[in-house]
Amino acid sequence: MLKLFKYLKPYTLQMIALIALVFGTVAATLELPDYMAAIINDGIAKSDTGLIFHNGLLMLLIALGGAVCTVGVGFLASKIATGFSRDIRNKVFSRVESFSLVEINKFSTASLITRSTNDIQQIQTVMVLLLRMVLQAPIMGIWAIFKAYHLASSLSWIIALAVAILLGIIFVMFAVALPKFKILQKLVDRLNLVTRENLTGLRVIRAFNNEKLEQAKFEKANVDLTATNLFVNRLMVVMQPVMMLILNLTSVLIVWMGAGLINSGNLEIGNMIAFIQYAMQIIMSFLMISIVFIMVPRASVSAERINEVIDTEPIIKDSKNPISAKNFHGGVVEFKNVTFCYPGADTPVLENISFKASPGETTAFIGSTGSGKSTLINLIPRFYDVSSGEILLDGVDVRQYKLEDLYAKIGFIPQKGVLFSGTVESNIKYGAPEASNSEVKKSAETSQAEEFINNLEGKFNAPIAEGGANVSGGQKQRLSIARAIVRKPEIYIFDDSFSALDFKTDAMLRQALKGETQNKTVLIVAQRISTILSAEKIIVLDDGKIAGVGIHQQLLKDCDVYREIAYSQLSEDELETYQIDVNREKAEIESKENPSLLAT
Amino acid sequence: MSEDPKLQSAKTGANQPKSAMPMGPGGAGRAAMALVEKPKNFSATMKKLVSYMKPFWISIIFVFVFAIASTVFAIASPKILGNMTNQVVSDFIDMKSYDQIIAILPKTFKIAPGTTGAQLLQNVPPARLAQISSSILDRLKSLDFSVRPQINFGKLKYFVIELLLLYILSALFSYIQGWIMTGVSQKITYQFRRDISEKINRLPLTYFDKRTFGETLSRVTNDVDTVSQTLNQSLTQIVTSITMIIGIVIMMFTISWQMTLVSLVLVPLSFILIAVIIKKSQHYFKEQQDSLGELNGHIEEMYAGHNVMRVFNGQQRSIEKFEKINTKLFSSAWMSQFLSGLMMPIMTFVGNLGFVGVSVVGGWLAIKGTIQIGDIQAFIQYVNQFNQPIVQTASIANVMQSTAAAAERVFEFLDEKEESAEDEKNIVLEGSKGAVDFNKVVFGYNPDKIIIKDFSADIKPGQRIAIVGPTGAGKTTIVNLLMRFYDVNKGAIKIDGVDTRDMKRAEVRKLFGMVLQDTWLFNGTIRENIAYGKPDATDEEIVAAAQAAHADHFIHALPQGYGLELNEEADNISQGEKQLLTIARAMLAKTPMLILDEATSSVDTRTELLIQKAMENLMKGKTSFVIAHRLSTIRDADLILVMNDGNIVEQGNHKELLAKNGFYASLYNSQFVAGSAE
Repeated sequence: MLKLFKYLKPYTLQMIALIALVFGTVAATLELPDYMAAIINDGIAKSDTGLIFHNGLLMLLIALGGAVCTVGVGFLASKIATGFSRDIRNKVFSRVESFSLVEINKFSTASLITRSTNDIQQIQTVMVLLLRMVLQAPIMGIWAIFKAYHLASSLSWIIALAVAILLGIIFVMFAVALPKFKILQKLVDRLNLVTRENLTGLRVIRAFNNEKLEQAKFEKANVDLTATNLFVNRLMVVMQPVMMLILNLTSVLIVWMGAGLINSGNLEIGNMIAFIQYAMQIIMSFLMISIVFIMVPRASVSAERINEVIDTEPIIKDSKNPISAKNFHGGVVEFKNVTFCYPGADTPVLENISFKASPGETTAFIGSTGSGKSTLINLIPRFYDVSSGEILLDGVDVRQYKLEDLYAKIGFIPQKGVLFSGTVESNIKYGAPEASNSEVKKSAETSQAEEFINNLEGKFNAPIAEGGANVSGGQKQRLSIARAIVRKPEIYIFDDSFSALDFKTDAMLRQALKGETQNKTVLIVAQRISTILSAEKIIVLDDGKIAGVGIHQQLLKDCDVYREIAYSQLSEDELETYQIDVNREKAEIESKENPSLLAT
Repeated sequence: MSEDPKLQSAKTGANQPKSAMPMGPGGAGRAAMALVEKPKNFSATMKKLVSYMKPFWISIIFVFVFAIASTVFAIASPKILGNMTNQVVSDFIDMKSYDQIIAILPKTFKIAPGTTGAQLLQNVPPARLAQISSSILDRLKSLDFSVRPQINFGKLKYFVIELLLLYILSALFSYIQGWIMTGVSQKITYQFRRDISEKINRLPLTYFDKRTFGETLSRVTNDVDTVSQTLNQSLTQIVTSITMIIGIVIMMFTISWQMTLVSLVLVPLSFILIAVIIKKSQHYFKEQQDSLGELNGHIEEMYAGHNVMRVFNGQQRSIEKFEKINTKLFSSAWMSQFLSGLMMPIMTFVGNLGFVGVSVVGGWLAIKGTIQIGDIQAFIQYVNQFNQPIVQTASIANVMQSTAAAAERVFEFLDEKEESAEDEKNIVLEGSKGAVDFNKVVFGYNPDKIIIKDFSADIKPGQRIAIVGPTGAGKTTIVNLLMRFYDVNKGAIKIDGVDTRDMKRAEVRKLFGMVLQDTWLFNGTIRENIAYGKPDATDEEIVAAAQAAHADHFIHALPQGYGLELNEEADNISQGEKQLLTIARAMLAKTPMLILDEATSSVDTRTELLIQKAMENLMKGKTSFVIAHRLSTIRDADLILVMNDGNIVEQGNHKELLAKNGFYASLYNSQFVAGSAE
């Protein structure tokens, strides 16, 4: 928590003003009883009406001054606390945006989201409370102790006793309750889990007629939760009556003991009444301070999680002396003895990979899940850096480019079509913010997205919901492809980006892409063998190693792994006739639906 | 999102103490601090909520009685404490007067026992007497001057005992009240959750197909929590607040009507101020919530699409957008913080005005002799106690509204139309052969939008039916109808000649085994998961089922074998292994018919082969409906149902359909082998 306080620096002046205002509030609160005491001691006893009204007027002014100070405290506290959290939020967000996949995976996306939202919100809540109320407590407490001691030092022990008992009770209560709170949280989680399971498994549960079983599970979680809740709440209900009791008993004790002092002529009545007011202030201050001890540990957990993010330096950064990309063109990708190991893992995911992908060629990667094909292409845009070996782009190690220049060369199409909220157009333009309307339109045409876009209400201005929730998987993929095309990159990377398309669209799309990618380097990761049949170079990966390189027919003959994959997807005669089918289909598409492509 | 009880207790801890001078911090109710949600129909919802509380009416009456008793005792005490002070004060004045008189008298003057002030004062010159105020003079006249007066501790003791009794009883009653109310609110909360959970299992799937799980989940947690919190706190708060306001006003009047008027003059002012602030702040709360939503949306989107953002050089753009929203958030956040925080200084100020008024008017009245100093002290306590109930009553309307809004959502859910009752249906198919007859079936998820139009097919026991079609063609509709997750609109589905609607749903479902693409397993051991369809299965049966499903091998390789507990996300085994477990589960259930989804996603080639073999084992001798993705399955099927746009557009076997040269043929030629997910 303390570590975060350094971000309060821009607010130093405001903080000073805040503290001054807090002093004002405290002074007003503590002066009022004095004047009241004067009214009683001097006004009433000496029947001095003038003094009463004079003091009354002063009290009014003090009350007003106090109110102004308190409003000021509230104003500054809100500004500082929300400004502070705004700054931290900016800091955390821009830090996360600079992370590479290494850091993202280290924290996990879900955890990063919580850290950027809930944790910061938590800090803000605590900050407001701290600044507005808790900051006042020690000032008020100490000041009131001085005043009380000054008024009647021989009664001070009553306050000390009351505070000690109060803190003792709070301590004991929390010692008992805290472990129960933890259990409570677990039980709430359990109840949520059971409910979530019931909801996600609805069909299966009903298919097996197991509604009763699920009911019993829920019942148990519900009973457990209710029982613990009952215990904890009944424990917490003690708090208020006990606190009231302590405050009241303190007053009685003060009057009783005060009477003795008055009897011996050592205390004036007005002072006794003022003393009661001070006592209440002091007890309340200690109560506030004890709340800090309950609140701050919670906030520090959040603070620590925030600090972790801010303190994490991304591993993958711009090189210190970046090579200007201006002089390097073409898009030749070359892997030289690349080995890659995920951070913290002992076995490499990729081992000794070497190949070259040239412009005008399609290089495809295939292999079973876990063979490392997606990892391999993730190395090109430096989502990760190689463990050994090097990746050359137009002859230059990718690590030597400025990241921005490197990205500018690449058109990346992820497996799940990731879209951002906005419009169809804004999503396509995400690839090239300066693109003209006709370029946007052309890229949508090529990616076979134009037809469905035209069916949307608003066409290119049709809204896209967060994460692209309002378009289908296939539509997302096509828009992702359009987004990459409009960028006019030198290198296309398709990470299994055709999986949600039906075959017809798939074939048409690949045909249309041919024109667009003519002189470009195309890298494709695929699950379906049909997608890559016509690739100029197929690289078969197995367990992180290259198991074969070549074209389809050749690999079918020479490569066991390839054959195994092929046969699991297609039957033998289909594999033979397949090529013919594909060609016929292509011809049909070309002649019927896209005559313009005949030209290419 | 469950509110952490720790924070809550800290908050309530700060709210509780009432008698401290300027109000304790954070007196504003929780609804005043947040956006108030409005229910659609307040009174109807409240009526229902009250009916939920009916079984507890005796307890609730007790709660009210104890709450009122505790409050009354709490209200009575300042006056007694004031009287105690009065006692001290009057004894003190006697003492002072005595000292003054004695000081005037010559030192040698002897006072005979029993001499009263009246006798003594006869000797005092009238000019001297005029200096002493008349009220004191009256007292002096009855004072015994033979001994120096003392503060009467004997009398004070009675006050102390009386006060102790009141305080302890008040605290005790307050605790008893809280104890009972906690019990009631927890039981009602329990009942709510239970009703919701039971409802989940009685609702038709239509309901869930239209909504996210999060929506339903948040009713079980958030909405129920809101209602429970109100029951726990606000209900008694209303009673105590009103009792307190009335009680304090009465007590004030018994002391001095003039001072009462002075302190009450400001009450409407504070009411209006609070109402205005709550109203004003709503706008900023709304804005704050909107910006926060926008901000969180941006965060989630950017973090989820991190790769894409980076590789399209979107980092700077993303940060700029974030900072813009963040600035917007800041401007509404600080205003709403500030406004909601205004409540406290304003109440303190109004309280202090009362304090000043009481001190001045009280002082003036005390000089006139109408009241005594202890009365002023009591009044000050009353004025302080007045703040809290006023803030509470001012925000009760909002608390009630958000409670009603939450309760309304819960009730809406509980009132949803359930699956039709079927108590009178008692046809049970023993030893079903598995003949299925679709007889002129008409169906649409929405009755206005029929998707399956007049479909008939006669399926003989043991046949294999392949359901094919492009993504989104509605292949799961057939599953929904067979299992009676949905009922047909017209026509009938008959099993062994019996209309499935004449059987209980449970009986129909007993006839089918099901392996879907979404591999639902629960947080329990592997053994329990396999035995899900037959909880009384022996270990041998379970192992046999696992072996037939080719799952035994990998299970043995797991740390605790069959005893391994699947974790919450069930990600301690792979996707393919999960699939094998669901096959084993269906295997053990031994049903005459089977529904299978062939699609396997993210499964490596070897596991895929295992799954194929396991499915083959599973289908042996059973009537099987297969959502087919593999050409071999389709070609070998006895019947192929070709679906498009929700409807069954063609049916027949492979050869027939190819010969037809229709939709199937074009699909086949464009090779739809690839396992795209439905």
